[in-house]
Amino acid sequence: MIFKARLVIIVLFFGEAVMKILVAVKHVVDPNIKIQVKAAGGVDTTHLKMVMNPFDEIALEEAIRLKEQKKAQEVVAVSIGGPLVQETLRHALALGADRAIFIHTDFLLSPLVVAKLLCALSKQEQPHLVMLGKQAIDSDNNQVGQMLAALLAWPQGTFISKLVVEGEEVKVTREIDGGLETLALRLPAVITTDLRLNTPRYVTLPNIVKAKQKPLATLTPAELGVEITAPRYQTLKIMPPVLRQGGIKVRSAKELIEKLKTEARVL
Amino acid sequence: MKTLVIVEHDNKVVKSATFSVLAAANTLPGDITILVAGFQCATVCDFFKENEKTKKTICVDAPAYQHLLAENVAPLVAKLAENYDYVLAPATTFGKNMLPRAAALCDCGMVSEVVEIIDPITFVHSIYAGNALETVALHEKIKFLTIRPAAFQAAVLTGTTLPIEKIEDPVLHEIPVRFVSHELSALVRPELQNARIVVSGGRGLQNKENFKLIEQLADKLGAAVGASRAAVDAGFISNDFQVGQTGKVVAPDLYIAIGISGAIQHLAGMKDSKVVVAINKDADAPIFQVADYGLVGDLFEVIPALIAALEKG
Repeated sequence: MIFKARLVIIVLFFGEAVMKILVAVKHVVDPNIKIQVKAAGGVDTTHLKMVMNPFDEIALEEAIRLKEQKKAQEVVAVSIGGPLVQETLRHALALGADRAIFIHTDFLLSPLVVAKLLCALSKQEQPHLVMLGKQAIDSDNNQVGQMLAALLAWPQGTFISKLVVEGEEVKVTREIDGGLETLALRLPAVITTDLRLNTPRYVTLPNIVKAKQKPLATLTPAELGVEITAPRYQTLKIMPPVLRQGGIKVRSAKELIEKLKTEARVL
Repeated sequence: MKTLVIVEHDNKVVKSATFSVLAAANTLPGDITILVAGFQCATVCDFFKENEKTKKTICVDAPAYQHLLAENVAPLVAKLAENYDYVLAPATTFGKNMLPRAAALCDCGMVSEVVEIIDPITFVHSIYAGNALETVALHEKIKFLTIRPAAFQAAVLTGTTLPIEKIEDPVLHEIPVRFVSHELSALVRPELQNARIVVSGGRGLQNKENFKLIEQLADKLGAAVGASRAAVDAGFISNDFQVGQTGKVVAPDLYIAIGISGAIQHLAGMKDSKVVVAINKDADAPIFQVADYGLVGDLFEVIPALIAALEKG
């Protein structure tokens, strides 16, 4: 009898909203700020306004929508870095994440180490989906999601613009060169989001207040069993790109075509 | 030293980005091996000819590789990578999707979208949406790199056909992923990333109907069509035509930006073009600061005038 009851619960569990979603969010310089490369090289990010990486915000929005549609039960946000990244986690809680995990390290981490930390956390949390932006707008690497999927041996849906949960699968539409590709991934899976997936909501004041009551746990890499080794990726210098010089103004379409033919010789 | 170059293809034709990867590989020390993983892809395997350092083509022909899914290709690349010092793929959606997965399987970090190879361990790539260039030293036993196609002049293959080594598929393919469908835009014009001329339209076109003006001008010039992110977001054209840091990076001989203000993320996608033309009604638009030839005017008058001038010859 007890056995039967359990079976029923398990069936309900899979039929209804049970998905747990882990969303990784990075704390980055506000994309609306034009960063300045110092004369000596390097980017000065102190005193700049920091926000949640916009691509990660889209991943979080999608997770929250899945919860609102009762397809997911819990949305957990995670961020890695120094104490300030907790601001982005509080923002995630205000947007609608149920709880947050702060992995505290003061080292600058390579994408592979970030993937290892998220892999260890995923083994602990056992989410059905890990969602993150396709790339961070500071380092522009576009690596972590794919590396995480490799380490977990899960399928990956990268650069997606559409996601549909169908039983134990997610159907994702990916933005690829030349068009779109749709894949079916059996859960658990890693998802990375592209710009057109959704438009993230704004936070409201009541939700900011409520977010203060939501749990935010702190973990260290050591607690996750991940050793931070000497980086095998060494930044030698950061320089401004070579800027183009503005040219001349022409007055008419006819003059433009002439210049392109006789001066620039590209027509 | 040895380099493995991963070919992007559709089982029939090699994607042009592969030739830029070969050009990048030619600047690294040692021989180059070409890897074609596909299904019924004999024409692709047979295609490669001698070019500077290329020595052979490895061909793995199996149903699992039909759609070049990362879940299937990455373990193959990771397995073969053990015998190489460098593994290179194009920084296209294929390469960006697959190569990090292969690198992680080898416990290696990697560099994305390399725009310059300084020496065998030193690479340059752009960060902060093209606002800065980072030079990195990569101390990995195997160096995985994706190569930005626009940054390397495509290699021209002229020699005799390379020896082909057919190998049995060594991968079990246990990751539960299934290809469902493709929805590819019909290409009636040159491919954006290797076109000699690109005509791009922005928000200034106002609507999807007007955007056809861009296509008409492109057809007159034999050019590819591009778009700013604003034009894509407004629904004038689909995303795979987007030029910019989050879209495609192009470097044609002639880039014509029409009704595009010139947001930094767009400039990051076209600033390496040889000649840039900007047409905008706002004389203060930032696009003029990077344009060799600027024309301040109403695009709805300028485009027909350009077409008329081209027709006159």
